[in-house]
Amino acid sequence: MDKNDGYMKALKCRECGREYPLTATHVCEFDFGPLEVAYDYDRIRRSLTPALIQSRPQNMWRYRELLPLAGDPTVGFKVGFTPLIKADRLAKRLGIRELWIKNDTVNYPTLSFKDRVVSVALSRARELGFTTVACASTGNLANSVAANAAAAGLRAYVFIPSDLEQGKIVNSLIYGAQVIAIKGHYDEVNRLCAEIAGKFGWAFVNVNMRPYYAEGSKSMGYEIMEQLEWRIPRHTVVCMASGSLLTKIHKSYQEFTKLGLVTETPYKIYGAQATGCSPISSAQKAGLDFFKPVKPNTIAKSLAIGTPADGFYALRTMKQTGGVADDVTDDEIREGIKLLAECEGIFAETAGGVTVGVAKKLIASGKIPADDSAVLCITGNGLKTLDAVVGHAGQPREIKPSLREFETLLATENLSPVNA
Amino acid sequence: MAKNVRIPTPLRKLTNNEEVVEVNAATIGAAIIELQSRYPGIRERLMDDNGEVRRFVNVYVNEEDIRFLQNQQTPLKDGDEISIIPAIAGG
Repeated sequence: MDKNDGYMKALKCRECGREYPLTATHVCEFDFGPLEVAYDYDRIRRSLTPALIQSRPQNMWRYRELLPLAGDPTVGFKVGFTPLIKADRLAKRLGIRELWIKNDTVNYPTLSFKDRVVSVALSRARELGFTTVACASTGNLANSVAANAAAAGLRAYVFIPSDLEQGKIVNSLIYGAQVIAIKGHYDEVNRLCAEIAGKFGWAFVNVNMRPYYAEGSKSMGYEIMEQLEWRIPRHTVVCMASGSLLTKIHKSYQEFTKLGLVTETPYKIYGAQATGCSPISSAQKAGLDFFKPVKPNTIAKSLAIGTPADGFYALRTMKQTGGVADDVTDDEIREGIKLLAECEGIFAETAGGVTVGVAKKLIASGKIPADDSAVLCITGNGLKTLDAVVGHAGQPREIKPSLREFETLLATENLSPVNA
Repeated sequence: MAKNVRIPTPLRKLTNNEEVVEVNAATIGAAIIELQSRYPGIRERLMDDNGEVRRFVNVYVNEEDIRFLQNQQTPLKDGDEISIIPAIAGG
C-alpha cells in the first residue's frame, strides 16, 4: 500500500478478489468482474467518530475517510447533505405510520444525486492526472459532469441517447461541455463509450473511473443514518437504473455498522423500476439471481438501462436484506410525481415518481408494514423532465385582470380548499 | 469468410495488443473456440466453468447484444463486427 493513497488499500475484484493498483481501471483482467475500492477500515475506525463528523461542514465530505480519494477533494466541495424530510402528509396518503424523503432533488449543483458520484470521480481523476473527463449518461450524470467539469476547469465530453428530454440536453450544453448525442438507447451509448474509453486517455467517470465514482453514492446512505440520529432505517426504497445506488446504500449501512457509528439493527432495501424497463424487478419477482436484458420503453428515461451493470448485485442485496422489487407504469409514475408534489411540495423527476409509485404498491400489499417507518430516496429534480408531465398537471385558468371575472371563476369552478 | 472481433483492453495482453482480430467461425460459440486456439487463455476469461458467457461480459454482433439474438448459437456472416465489452454502470 502506498502511503499516499489515503485510506484506500487497493482495487479489488468483487468476483474473485484479485487486487489491482489504484489506477483508472474498472474490470478484472481475469473474469471481467467489477473492481471495487478496498479500504483500511482499522485505520478509519480509529479516527472517524460521530463527533468528528458533526464538527465538519454539512456536505458529503464530512465522511471523507470513506470516500476514495488520496487527498482532499478538489471538485464539488458543497455537494450533499440534502434534507431528510419527515413526510407526514405523504405517509397518510400511502397508509404508513412514518415516512421520510431523502431529497436529492436539491443536491448541489445540478439537482440530482449524481453530483455525489461526479465530485468523487472528478476529484480522483485530477489526482490521477487527467485533464479530460467523459461519461455515458441518461441525462443526470451528463448534467453533473458538464457542470462540475466546468467549475473545475476540466474538458468534458458527455455522451447521451439522442431522444433525451430537452431539459437534460440544455442542462449539459450550457456549461460548454462537448455533448455527443447517439442515435440509440443508453445501452448502445454505453457500449460505444466502453470502446471509446479503451482508445482515448480520458477519465470516463462511469467506465474506467467507475470504482471511485460508484463509491460517491454511499454518502446518501451515510447522511440518511446521521439525519435519523445515527440509526439505520428499517425500510429503504431506492430506484434502480444500473442498480449501483441500491448496492451502495446497502454498503453505507454495512460500513457504519462495522465502524460502530450505528448499532446493528435489521433493515430491508427495496428496488424500484419502471415497468417499461424492469430487468431487475422482473428477475426479483421471478426469484432469479440473474436478469434478462430488455429494450427500454418508459418515460423514466433516467432509469432506462436495459442491461444494468449492477443488476446482479442489486438482486443479491435485496435477497440478503429481505427486501423486494416492484415496478410501475408510466401513468403510475406521473401519479407518484403528483403525490409527492401535492403532499410534500417536492417536485421530483420521473425516477422519483417511480420510487413513490413503487413504495405505494409495497405498502398497499403489506410488503412494507403499515405500522413501520420507511425512507424513500428521491434522486432527481422534476424541472429536468417537464416533458414527462406536460399536459398531465392541468392547465392554468385564464381570465382578464378583473375582480368580477375572478369571482365568477371561483363560483363556477368550485375550487376546493387545501386538503386537511 | 472473415469476421472482425474487437478485443477489449483487458484482453489485449493475450492478443499481443491486437485491437481487432479476424475469425472465420460460423457462430459466436465457434468464434470463441477459434480465438482460444490462437490466443490460449482467452476462453476462460470469457466463459465460466459451465461454458456460459461470464456474467459481466457482454458480446455484440453488429451492435446487437447476443442475448437478443441466439446467444452462443448466433450465426456469423462475412463482414460481421463482433464486440466484447465489460458491463459498465452509469445513469
